[in-house]
Amino acid sequence: MDLKSSLLAMPLIAVSTLSQAAVVDVKITNLTQGIYYTPLLVTAHTSDAHLFEVGQTASSALQAMAEGGDISGLQTIADGISAVSSANPAGGLLAPTEYAMVSDLDTGSNTHLSIVAMLLPTNDGFVGKDSWEIPSEAGTYTFYMNGYDAGTEANDEIVNGGGMSGVPGIPANPGMNGGTGGSGVATASANTKIHIHPGNVGDQDAAGGMSDLDSRIHRWLNPVAKVVVTVK
Amino acid sequence: MAISSFAKRALAVAVMAAGLSACGSDDDTIVVLPPDTLDFEVTVYNDTAAQPLSPVVVGIHGATMSLWSVGLSASVPLETMAEGGNAADLAAMFTDTNVAVLGAGAIGPGNYEKLMISAEDRTEMKLSLASMMVNTNDAFTGLNAIDVSGLMVGDSMSYTLPAYDAGTEANSEAMGSIPGPADGGEGFNAARDDTMNKVSRHPGLVTQADDAMSVLLPDHRISGTVGRVVITRTN
Repeated sequence: MDLKSSLLAMPLIAVSTLSQAAVVDVKITNLTQGIYYTPLLVTAHTSDAHLFEVGQTASSALQAMAEGGDISGLQTIADGISAVSSANPAGGLLAPTEYAMVSDLDTGSNTHLSIVAMLLPTNDGFVGKDSWEIPSEAGTYTFYMNGYDAGTEANDEIVNGGGMSGVPGIPANPGMNGGTGGSGVATASANTKIHIHPGNVGDQDAAGGMSDLDSRIHRWLNPVAKVVVTVK
Repeated sequence: MAISSFAKRALAVAVMAAGLSACGSDDDTIVVLPPDTLDFEVTVYNDTAAQPLSPVVVGIHGATMSLWSVGLSASVPLETMAEGGNAADLAAMFTDTNVAVLGAGAIGPGNYEKLMISAEDRTEMKLSLASMMVNTNDAFTGLNAIDVSGLMVGDSMSYTLPAYDAGTEANSEAMGSIPGPADGGEGFNAARDDTMNKVSRHPGLVTQADDAMSVLLPDHRISGTVGRVVITRTN
């Protein structure tokens, strides 16, 4: 082993690695047929931080996002731990099959990426990725995201404008393609921790039935999103 | 930062430097000429409970061709396959150095088919395939532009098959609207009456489990994955 060459090479590599891994583009595509995303939060943070963890109880900030689409609480927490965030890259709702682009996010010394947004129309469903390690090699990387249930609200599937934490109901159906007068699908959340969303049920009755959602439009199969990360 | 990657690269540079100082030259380069024609074996597995897959089309093409894209409206050949299971028009889109083969028949649940395809070597070699889940209105599966140019002889790649919705026919599940054995109804119809005229992932099937008006049975339901594909380069 030529120790002298090795020692000479190391400082050069360190410099180039640092300059490559810090800036990323993130493209998020809504793969669903009939589900909208509320404003997305894309956050680069350290390995010990999480916006959510499956199997854990939702924080109040996550609950506010999942029940009403409000990402301000999560963003405040992220800002407080020196995370680097892009809030609302879609500039509002992200419609089915549309995509949002986060360009040139300088992650600094943060190594992990997390993404969340509420799914509409749902009671407390959200799309998300918990702590994806950003590769240090420049390149293009693809992963997919599932639909999760915050476990904080019963999935009654009644569209009544209820978007505040703890208030039953779905805040809105942006596609305006559902019904009214549903009697309610569920009255409680069986799993009160964050879990894979069981999916919407819906029905075919625009003026009654048990759900205000349409069973042939508002269901989904995982994954619900595709994410392409370009590490520059 | 990723320490392991950093260490690996530093080590690689160190080894390279050591090699250079030992040999002093690297002029023993071996030139390997690529073969003119590459052969691939493509095995398609149907992992559904009760959704036969229509005869598969497998094609090899260059970087500019795409059979579909989430968010864009389906081509008429794609619509024809996704609504009626006939992939002949899709296969006909492969011209010149782009080539396609069609499966011998439908692939039943639990079954698989091996297809052989050969194509001239090129810089960017992409493989696509498509097939309809026949007990649906317009659900299909497939792979779009998988890069096979880096595949060495004897090597394989595996992919799971997702469920797409062509966006060309409403998912009514109504009697007479589904071409597969569950209904024996209509296949292709040029009208486009889906919620949006765009390809997306499929929302899943409702069936009689949740709606008495559906012609489909609970076993016809699909999940996020409907099958697998193994691509092996054989020459």
